[in-house]
Amino acid sequence: MNTEAYEAVIGLEVHTHLLTRSKIFCGCSTTFGAGPNENVCPICMGMPGVLPVLNRRVVELAIRTGLAAHCTIAPYSIFDRKSYFYPDLPKGYQISQYETPICKGGYIDLPAKENGEARRVRLTRIHIEEDAGKNIHHENASLVDFNRSGVPLIEIVSEPDLRSAEDAGAYLRQLRAILRYVDASDGKMEEGSFRCDCNVSVRKRGATEYGVRTEIKNLNSFRFVEDAIDYEVGRQIAIVEAGGKVAQETHLWDPTRKETRPMRSKEFANDYRYFPEPDLPPLVVPPEMVEQVRASMPELPADRKARYVREGLTEYEAGVLIADRGVADYFEATLPGLKNRKSAANWVMTEVLRIARESDRPFTEAVPPATKVGALLLMVEAQKISLNAAKTAFAAMVKSGKGAEATIAELGLAQVSDESAIAAAIDKVLAAEPAKLAEYRAGRDKLFGFFVGAVMKAMGGKANPTVINQLLRAKLAG
Amino acid sequence: MASELNKLTIAEASSKLHAREISATQLTRDCLDRIAAAEPRLHAFITVCEKEALEQARAADARLAAGNAPALCGIPLGIKDIYATRGVRTTCASRILEHFVPPFDATVIERLRADGAIFIGKTNLDEFAMGSSTENSAFGATTNPHDISRVAGGSSGGSAAAVAAHECLGSLGTDTGGSIREPASFCGVVGIKPTYSRVSRYGVIAYASSLDQVGPFAKSVRDAAIMLRTLAGKDVRDSTCSARPVPDYERALTGDVKGLRIGVPREFFVEGMQPEVEQSVRAALKNFESGGASTVEISLPHTGYAVAAYYLIATAEASANLARYDGIRYGLRVNAEDNIALYETTRAQGFGAEVKRRIMLGTFALSAGYYDAYYLKGQKVRTLIRNDFERAFERCDLIVTPVAPTTAFKLGEKMNDPLTMYLSDIFTISVNLAGLPGMAMPCGYDSNNLPIGMQLIAPPFAEEIILRAGDAFERTGAFKPRTPAV
Repeated sequence: MNTEAYEAVIGLEVHTHLLTRSKIFCGCSTTFGAGPNENVCPICMGMPGVLPVLNRRVVELAIRTGLAAHCTIAPYSIFDRKSYFYPDLPKGYQISQYETPICKGGYIDLPAKENGEARRVRLTRIHIEEDAGKNIHHENASLVDFNRSGVPLIEIVSEPDLRSAEDAGAYLRQLRAILRYVDASDGKMEEGSFRCDCNVSVRKRGATEYGVRTEIKNLNSFRFVEDAIDYEVGRQIAIVEAGGKVAQETHLWDPTRKETRPMRSKEFANDYRYFPEPDLPPLVVPPEMVEQVRASMPELPADRKARYVREGLTEYEAGVLIADRGVADYFEATLPGLKNRKSAANWVMTEVLRIARESDRPFTEAVPPATKVGALLLMVEAQKISLNAAKTAFAAMVKSGKGAEATIAELGLAQVSDESAIAAAIDKVLAAEPAKLAEYRAGRDKLFGFFVGAVMKAMGGKANPTVINQLLRAKLAG
Repeated sequence: MASELNKLTIAEASSKLHAREISATQLTRDCLDRIAAAEPRLHAFITVCEKEALEQARAADARLAAGNAPALCGIPLGIKDIYATRGVRTTCASRILEHFVPPFDATVIERLRADGAIFIGKTNLDEFAMGSSTENSAFGATTNPHDISRVAGGSSGGSAAAVAAHECLGSLGTDTGGSIREPASFCGVVGIKPTYSRVSRYGVIAYASSLDQVGPFAKSVRDAAIMLRTLAGKDVRDSTCSARPVPDYERALTGDVKGLRIGVPREFFVEGMQPEVEQSVRAALKNFESGGASTVEISLPHTGYAVAAYYLIATAEASANLARYDGIRYGLRVNAEDNIALYETTRAQGFGAEVKRRIMLGTFALSAGYYDAYYLKGQKVRTLIRNDFERAFERCDLIVTPVAPTTAFKLGEKMNDPLTMYLSDIFTISVNLAGLPGMAMPCGYDSNNLPIGMQLIAPPFAEEIILRAGDAFERTGAFKPRTPAV
């Protein structure tokens, strides 16, 4: 099978919860993890006679996201009812936006490929809607939890601009980073607050027409998205190669069997009968509101990355740091007083991120406060401690929560730069190793490192290596 | 029964209550006695709240004794069983909600409660307010107090009949295509459908959201004005509800119609209507003229399309509004092997024939490929009808028409002919489509001793004009109310 002759055409629909305290049309809490049906009221339970009232914060967050993705913000949009029956949908319709989304157009730039090729993914639209509840199936009964019913969502629809599973993964990561930057979403796939449906088709390379697409649902991790696309692209190429036709259907990803399978047509063949929601007035967004939101926008990841590169970091370093707004903010909080940004960047990328990865807790709770790490790095820069001592101190700080100075003092890690003490240690080492000394002087330069190590050991690891080097060279030279 | 305080108007009762000449408890007991006597023949109520009403009456008496109580304090009212009432079952005259007890109050119920009004019971209606005769109630029809072989009108037939038969002093209805005005006309009482958005719809079980409006039934225009003042006004729980300040409607009742320009639309006096209805309304127009008003013939050219547009828009909205009755969270559930079968059997057994008919009509009107031809076309006609009224109101301050082409018809007469039934609302529907305020009030009787109603229509938020004209008409004494047969 000649897969090289084909290219995949992929578009993504991302649903993400917005970070509001209350639901989109009622005052219930949006907190995740409450007991079943604790965050509910007559409105989000769809009781007879209730009416929706739009949460203003939802509109602000949708606009923030739209501005971050270079969309046009619609000055006038309306809500529509999307009708279908499902036990988790209390009103029998979902309030959504159909023909008039709040954001139109726009794009997201992905980090350039290794060959430097820029990648821009165009967006079709972003619209506001409400989430449904959740069905829970037991052996003999199905239960419904309406805590999620009415949690605000935006749906971000991309154009079919993606060409590989890897592209799709990069797009999702970039999108999630943006959502987190603008405080619109926490992007937690595992809690269902960031969900993705994929539209996938294949065509011969160079073709301009699209192939028949399938939609894949039930993708709740980046891995699943990538695996499902890879599987589906392979499946479709095989069908086309064998002379068959891809059927336009909706598939579910089965993560255990690692394959997609078509849903029963009964499960998705709906005529949604959209019509304008008569219970909500049109959503009017005056230009002043857009400007107000724009003025409150934080620096976006792409801008921040460009700034880091201007300030001396490599593309790679900047890319790692900005990927998560929390990490980038942390990095910047270590910087005051430091001359060397690069060493701070390296420290955050290696030591700090390692601790974060090893912990189950959220980033900010897992790692020591940035100001304390900044103080530690300042001591390294002032040569008060060695890099190795800093690592030891850092490990202790993670456990104890104490500050840098206190930890260094407690562990006796302060670096010795006193020349007379170091000179005395060198004399002792040279006296104890006459054979090695003779060898060195006979031309075995490699032994220099051995002597440095021995002196450092004699000094309990606390001596300033620069001073050791200087003095040792002079002494060895005789 | 001796005191018959239930025959008082709200204005009369209120002044006696405030003067401590009568007690709310006594007034409530008289209403309950009247209910006990009349209900076997009328069936205006689905649920009578005797215990709750007497408790509310005791509280109202305490408040009246303390002084400074609101006008409606201690006044027994009937509540159409479409309003959510906390702790009292709310059926919407449907099997599907037969045992549903809401955990919350509708906004207007909350407001009336705060004023100390007494809720004497939940009144009968056409199931989900779909009908013009109250024969579509799952719990049996309401009869007309003037002739129990005839309908009370609908859908708010119970509320109209209860007031006409003095079972309560006033009541609440809802009006989507004439559901307050037509039964008011058939029963010979006053009924107002305010401007769309004037009164909150929160807690009112939705039939057609863009048309539904809350309004009062009363024995006099003044009483209706007193009730409307409490009902109207901004509600943070209804984003379609207007924030316009609510005027003191009672102050508009000056008794003066001098200089008022009354439009008489030629499309509303049609061939085939009962001649006595036209005669009676024309006589009322003469009465206005002798009070110093002028009349002018106007045209509302798109009137003929109103019924068709209404049945597309209202049924489309209803098809979505009634989707929530699925047997999952509350109300009737008929268990079946899977969830789709559960929906089917629950809804098949829970809804009556007219409700099913309208859900199917509306579902069809919104279906893929038909939306533009039906729903969208209906909305365009709606705009034309609104424009008709706007143009008409350049030449007049008020429009007067009959409420319905006939007086109350016989029970069963139109049940097998839905289209004829739909035409009962031919004069009222366009007012809902245009979102205007309209009031029905009695202006005469036909040869069968049945009340005839006239309809007063004003521009948006001009309820005061309607009330002033209606009150002035009452004051002339041209209409003499007759005691109903029941």
